[in-house]
Amino acid sequence: MPPLLEVKNLRMHFPVRGGVFSRIKGWCKSVDEVSLTVKAGETLGLVGESGCGKSTLGKTIAGLYTPTKGNVFIDGTEVSLLSNRQRLPWRKHLQMIFQDPVESLNQRHSIGEILSEPFIIHGIGTKADRTRWVKELLGKVGLPPEAADRFPFEFSGGQRQRIGIARAIALKPRLIICDEPVSALDVSIQGQVLNLMLDLQREMGLAYIFIAHDLAVVKHVSDRVAVMYLGKIIEQGPMEEVYRNPLHAYTKALISAIPQHTPDKRRKRILIPGDVPSPINPPAGCAFGHRTKHPRYAETIDHPPQLHEVLPGHWVACSPCCVEEWVMEKAKDR
Amino acid sequence: MSHDSILTIENLTIGFDTEAGHLTAVDGISLTVPRGKTLGIVGESGSGKSVTALSIMRLLPQPMGKITGGSICFEGRDLVKILLEEMRKIRGSAIGMVFQEPMSALNPVHKIGRQITESIRLHTTLSQTEANQRAIALLQKVGIPAAETRMQSYPHQLSGGMRQRVVIAMALACNPKLLICDEPTTALDVTIQAQILELLKSLQAEFRMSIILITHDLGVIAENCDEVAVMYAGRIVEKTDAKTLFARPLHAYTQALLQAIPSLDSTPKTRLPAIEGMVPGLAELKPGCRFAPRSGRPYTEEDLMIRPPYVEIEPGHWVENSRVCVGTEIRNVK
Repeated sequence: MPPLLEVKNLRMHFPVRGGVFSRIKGWCKSVDEVSLTVKAGETLGLVGESGCGKSTLGKTIAGLYTPTKGNVFIDGTEVSLLSNRQRLPWRKHLQMIFQDPVESLNQRHSIGEILSEPFIIHGIGTKADRTRWVKELLGKVGLPPEAADRFPFEFSGGQRQRIGIARAIALKPRLIICDEPVSALDVSIQGQVLNLMLDLQREMGLAYIFIAHDLAVVKHVSDRVAVMYLGKIIEQGPMEEVYRNPLHAYTKALISAIPQHTPDKRRKRILIPGDVPSPINPPAGCAFGHRTKHPRYAETIDHPPQLHEVLPGHWVACSPCCVEEWVMEKAKDR
Repeated sequence: MSHDSILTIENLTIGFDTEAGHLTAVDGISLTVPRGKTLGIVGESGSGKSVTALSIMRLLPQPMGKITGGSICFEGRDLVKILLEEMRKIRGSAIGMVFQEPMSALNPVHKIGRQITESIRLHTTLSQTEANQRAIALLQKVGIPAAETRMQSYPHQLSGGMRQRVVIAMALACNPKLLICDEPTTALDVTIQAQILELLKSLQAEFRMSIILITHDLGVIAENCDEVAVMYAGRIVEKTDAKTLFARPLHAYTQALLQAIPSLDSTPKTRLPAIEGMVPGLAELKPGCRFAPRSGRPYTEEDLMIRPPYVEIEPGHWVENSRVCVGTEIRNVK
């Protein structure tokens, strides 16, 4: 049986224009040759620093951008090539939750209008049905039924994010792409929203792609994790496994940089010099080796690092700058 | 208070005149900043932590913001009472400040060299050439490569981490005795955050500065602070050294906050013990214990109306001794 979602060699390159005639000067390689799968009911965490392309990847999978190259399959059906009209029935299966609950809700629509819109677009139910469903949805996300007549500005950030979640689950999707769903919320509210998302997953058998920069949050909700760096996935595997045994130097640094909540256990942080390079005309070869000025970086220019399954289910981009010798050996054997 | 503190705040009350009437944002807080150490102030949005920082610099938004009571004693002088002219001399020389958003703290139309030398020339008698040399030395100290050329850069030509380094260099320009950092790493990625926090630590050791570090991230507090004050709805609910706070929090809010955040060691995919409800708005604050309604513990109307005393329960461990939020066995020790 095909997996719920399969992404193959997905590329999202944006043209960078300039000059008098707006000629294309270069390409911003936001997402470059990304492949991943999501099974029904599981959560794939997607982590990386700002500008690494994780949000663009989410939006491209959701069909908000047309990919430059590559394919997106839902239940084994190729959807990235379909026209908007042909795609409509598939959109039901795949919804999105956004980071900023202020910008993602139309300020001029009441909550009732916002939540019945998905049904109207897909032509489901009568007006009476929709009113009933809106109330049910509000109940599901822990808001009173009266909320339907009120407007987004009357709600706090946490409540607005609940409304965003209600909209995403309206059509009973099977996969929700969550783009930094709790980053804009206060610490005490974060927990409430995460709990709600976990409850809904159990209840409705949802799968999530959970995009976030906070590794502790991602670790709490995810079954598997993919680490992105400069448009590429550099490590992917079961959450516990990647966290306990990170193979890529960037993943190691990322995990060590998370502040711990216990002052006794202050660990040695691995500090990475420099910043993430720009995805516009990125360096050839191993991008992380380029950042750290690794002595073996030159080797990777002609042989860009490839993802290899080094341990069961645990994939890593094998660059001599970033992984240990035994990993390189193992990758060669495969 | 003991003589080894650089700043002593006593009974500080800050209010805002708004259309909705006079609102109290900070309600009679007392704290001391130990000399050469780091005091962390942690709290959610609206808890009054940033307002406290601004009031130390006398930078409250005018004309709405007012210090309505209490004192801020810095090196024997009460910053609340001194003339604005004198305050201007202290700002940027004896007390430096680092803001959350480095882009808005820097002037976009001036080169960074000019922005740093401006404050040096304002507070010292150095010539322009000497000030330039000093600025270059500062930029090198905060880890900016090719400092001399960077003097000629505009803020938009730098990355977020680099900009924050420039802001820190500006704050350090006149060897401040106290550095106030308001969410210095919130806008930055985790790996850059780690770089900046390391930098602050090494600068503190070198210049023997005292630091006030304001953040909402308990992880940042655990790894970087000697003492911690926890603020909720305009009051300090608990204050002690970092180790004790994480090992033995006494106030219900501190306890709930520590549990509500997913840590790397928490069991994945389980419900978090979230704090119910929302942070109360300034207009709805009552004089009594402010966390009682969200604590999940039984409380009476009287608890909401009578302010609990702020007491030192054990040496150095202060807590707002609420009948609802502090366990009886601890209250009885006192």
